[in-house]
Amino acid sequence: MARRAAQEVNAGSMADIAFLLLIFFLVTTTIETDSGISRKLPPWQPEEQEPPVIKQRNIFTVLVNRNNELLVEDEFMEIEELRQAAFEFLDNGGGTGDEACDFCQGPGDPSSSVNPQKAIISLVNNRGTEYGTYIAVQNELVAAYNQLRDREAQRMFGKSFTQMEKDYNDPNYTGNKDKLKDQIEVIKDMIPQKLSEAEPTS
Amino acid sequence: MSKFKKKTNEGQPAISTASLPDIVFMLLFFFMVVTVMRQNTLMVQNKLPYANQVEKLDKKDLVMYIYAGKPSPRYQQRFGTEARIQLNDKFASVSEVQQFIFAERETKREELIPYLTTALKVDVETNMGLVSDIKQELRKAEALKINYTTLQGDALRNME
Repeated sequence: MARRAAQEVNAGSMADIAFLLLIFFLVTTTIETDSGISRKLPPWQPEEQEPPVIKQRNIFTVLVNRNNELLVEDEFMEIEELRQAAFEFLDNGGGTGDEACDFCQGPGDPSSSVNPQKAIISLVNNRGTEYGTYIAVQNELVAAYNQLRDREAQRMFGKSFTQMEKDYNDPNYTGNKDKLKDQIEVIKDMIPQKLSEAEPTS
Repeated sequence: MSKFKKKTNEGQPAISTASLPDIVFMLLFFFMVVTVMRQNTLMVQNKLPYANQVEKLDKKDLVMYIYAGKPSPRYQQRFGTEARIQLNDKFASVSEVQQFIFAERETKREELIPYLTTALKVDVETNMGLVSDIKQELRKAEALKINYTTLQGDALRNME
């Protein structure tokens, strides 16, 4: 019997196989969400300590009840207004003498905060509050801080604070990173994020 | 008898599909490379809330994940509809969170431990009671860096 020449393998179905695999990977791919609101928890303190004395005017209380309603400084408020209210509280600048705030543009209301270093936002939520609401409140409060930081960074360094942080974390940024870090620190010192969370009420 | 005889109309030649596999393979390799296989199978419902003041978590190997939410429909028969915590591949109680953190720390190099972050992937409908219980446990375990994993979007959508 004559020996046949090796037949060539038909490659016409290769595209089909590759398509099959492609569709499998397309379907199974999940783009993981890896961004979120970063927070730092206070260290655990076993014994009860005397809370430091803070003037009432420097505390901005936000209460969230089990029906996801907000009580801000003893007044009912919609979440849409929270950012502006928090911003006005931080920017009030009602201090005099040593406590004066030299960059605040607020009206200097004597019943509101003296300066952003002293101002504390206190968040109390109920055990029945929904997590989504809690995140929304957190988001608005962080936004208020960022709004003020942006304004001051723009005034002092001609660049918004969020942009500065973005540049700092960008490996391709060509500018001077050390200088940028110092500037970020200056802003953070000027307007520290003082967000305190109390134990939830039940 | 000219040499250049006008060609008789043969119709359009068929488009060659010989390069189609190459193109498809290129796409295939792209998706194979970007695919991240899920580390844990989710046993809880996990609809994340929206937020826009977010920071990115880069180093993936330095993140510990804690999931919480109602058990998925297929587990509701056995575990009920009350919100639960999921650590690795199983449901856990609040008291097991500390142990989980210590076990995770064991697997990391010592100099990296201060950079460990705990990512909380919590369903929107969970009550804050469970979340604050987790936070208390994290404080006891000295895992103070946390990140509430959220989707990019307007936070007011959470309230709907």
